Amino acid sequence: MPPDTEAIAEQVFVALADPTRRAILAELASGGPATATDLAARLPITRQAIAKHLALLAEAGLVTAEPGERRRVRYRLRSAPMQVAQQFLAALARDWDGPLDALKDHLNQ
Amino acid sequence: MGFPDRIERTLEVAQPPGKVWAALTTAEGLGAWFGHEATIDLRPGGAARMTWTDGASVDMRVERVEEPTVFGFTWQIYGLPKDDPRRTYVEFTLEAVGAGTRLSVVETGFSQLPEDAYRKAYDAHVGGWASELGELADHLDAA
Repeated sequence: MPPDTEAIAEQVFVALADPTRRAILAELASGGPATATDLAARLPITRQAIAKHLALLAEAGLVTAEPGERRRVRYRLRSAPMQVAQQFLAALARDWDGPLDALKDHLNQ
Repeated sequence: MGFPDRIERTLEVAQPPGKVWAALTTAEGLGAWFGHEATIDLRPGGAARMTWTDGASVDMRVERVEEPTVFGFTWQIYGLPKDDPRRTYVEFTLEAVGAGTRLSVVETGFSQLPEDAYRKAYDAHVGGWASELGELADHLDAA
């Protein structure tokens, strides 16, 4: 496994720990690429605060900046880092203890 | 701290391997303890499926069948979309211990990463959709 995997996942978890950043990511996921101004119109946060969060999200690789209409910068959700974090969550979520207890009970019947 | 790539559990039960084998590899057995209902085509490459009364289901592909000691299958990685091709491998090993069985389960493959190929394909699709939709918009504007 590449050594930066852990760092990628950590940045995802840090990014998702903040409710405003979760709201921004959710908005980009459901509504598609948007500018900071678009997002400020849809979320109860100032444009300045959104720009600050977008910078952190871009640093974590969770959004990419791209040229939009009228030379304004648009932000697009990037899912690759989420998938790295998802592998970690999958291992934690796979519950073998419950089924194996059930197997033991089944065999004892 | 690293990512867990594997999950390992060992269980000792009083029943002989033949009985444990049946619980792991038959529709009746799997439906009794793992899922609420199960189907299985017990041969390498065969399909198996477990369903639960809450509507959840999981599709498995049988990989190893060495009665009554090794049963292996792959299934989807928890939490990924149904059409994601990545899977983890689960292998049950049964060993007779006195009159009972030592059962080990090892699930591996959690540290699979999005491959470069996957990333490229994904980015290509995203780019493709953006340009397709742009063309559609241009077409509609022109009409």
